[in-house]
Amino acid sequence: MSEVVEKVKAPSEPLFSKKNRKLVTDPLSDNNPITIQVLGICSALAITVQVEQAVVMSAAVFFVLALGNVVISTLRNLIPGRIRIIVQLVVVASLVIIVNQVLMAYLPDVSAKLSVFVGLIITNCIIMGRFEAFAMANKPWPSFMDAVGNASGYAIILIIVAVVRELLGSGSLFGIPILGSPIPVEGYPNGTGLFDMGYMNNNLMVLPPMALIVVGVIIWIQRGRNKKLIESH
Amino acid sequence: MQETISIFVKAIFSENMIFAYFLGMCSYLAVSKTVKTAVGLGAAVIFVLGITIPLNYLLENYVLKAGALAWLNESYASIDLSFLSFIMYIAVIASIVQLVEMVVEKFAPALYGALGIFLPLIAVNCAILGGALFMQDRQYTSITDATSFGLGSGVGWFLAIVAIAAIREKIKYSHVPPALRGLGITFIITGLMGMAFMSFMGIEY
Repeated sequence: MSEVVEKVKAPSEPLFSKKNRKLVTDPLSDNNPITIQVLGICSALAITVQVEQAVVMSAAVFFVLALGNVVISTLRNLIPGRIRIIVQLVVVASLVIIVNQVLMAYLPDVSAKLSVFVGLIITNCIIMGRFEAFAMANKPWPSFMDAVGNASGYAIILIIVAVVRELLGSGSLFGIPILGSPIPVEGYPNGTGLFDMGYMNNNLMVLPPMALIVVGVIIWIQRGRNKKLIESH
Repeated sequence: MQETISIFVKAIFSENMIFAYFLGMCSYLAVSKTVKTAVGLGAAVIFVLGITIPLNYLLENYVLKAGALAWLNESYASIDLSFLSFIMYIAVIASIVQLVEMVVEKFAPALYGALGIFLPLIAVNCAILGGALFMQDRQYTSITDATSFGLGSGVGWFLAIVAIAAIREKIKYSHVPPALRGLGITFIITGLMGMAFMSFMGIEY
């Protein structure tokens, strides 16, 4: 990403001015892409069974969004308004192909678990939403900052949901058993750790509907703490 | 034939696009405030899935798949273009949506009035691209199976969005905790509906 940074060193405004910092910090809480703007839900829910998948997915979205935002914002004056959606789709699709090929080459097992959801980054609403709402109207550097903020906001929610689901659903994090293992070993007929004391995994957490409920609860907590965000109906 | 029907039923219930895979959630949440608009968008999704899945199936089997080009020339049998599938699928979807919009506007103005504003939204609906990618993933054996999968997914999506819209219309009159109003409660209800739909998994197809 360093060459991108060098390209835009020209503007007179300092790189980390207050406005630019706000672009990064805003989407982390009060303007979070998932819980407030309701973008990018599709992929956020499906791949949060394990933390590892969620981290890989967040990294992939970060890469696509950051590069895509910079590309679109560089080309923004050359793209005819009528066909801008197609142009944006082509840019995203090419970046996603790169991500998919890299994942297949270096992380084949994660890639197999994510299956179609890597491809679905193309239609991830966060990406199209940021292209439309920000990159089409702003210079490359602020667009990059905006992408960093939104991708991180997406990653935070994804990782929170994945931690809850993996910890309660499988008793592990990143595949490492935190709460002990339910598999019986010698001397421990019920399994090790907490499982020895009669703890059991909540298998419901692994099933799709719980992702929705966990996100619902996160939204509940966030809006409970910040009354400004409450919807009338 | 039985196989085709079972793919159709499975795509509606146990492999429902929304409740099992969360595809098309963005428009599902945004356009489910009233039943009328939900029906419009749902119908448009059935329509577009029913057209794009068979088209993408042909593209996959005669152009993209490893060895798919062999029908052109024996020497092309070693070509594997499957890495291009994302960009090809999305191009097909975007152009078909555009084409359908123009054809419907010209020949069925009444239908256009009902679906019109939703069609452009659909090009970026994950359910459409997701359908195409699942079709590629599951390797259906014939175009009939692929079409019935496409239509089934569309019908399943339609059911889900109309059901949630009906619930949201009613929930306006209940006392939802303030912080849960709107988005939060919609998520939780969708989760509960998903659990209900999971009971279809036990059915033998």
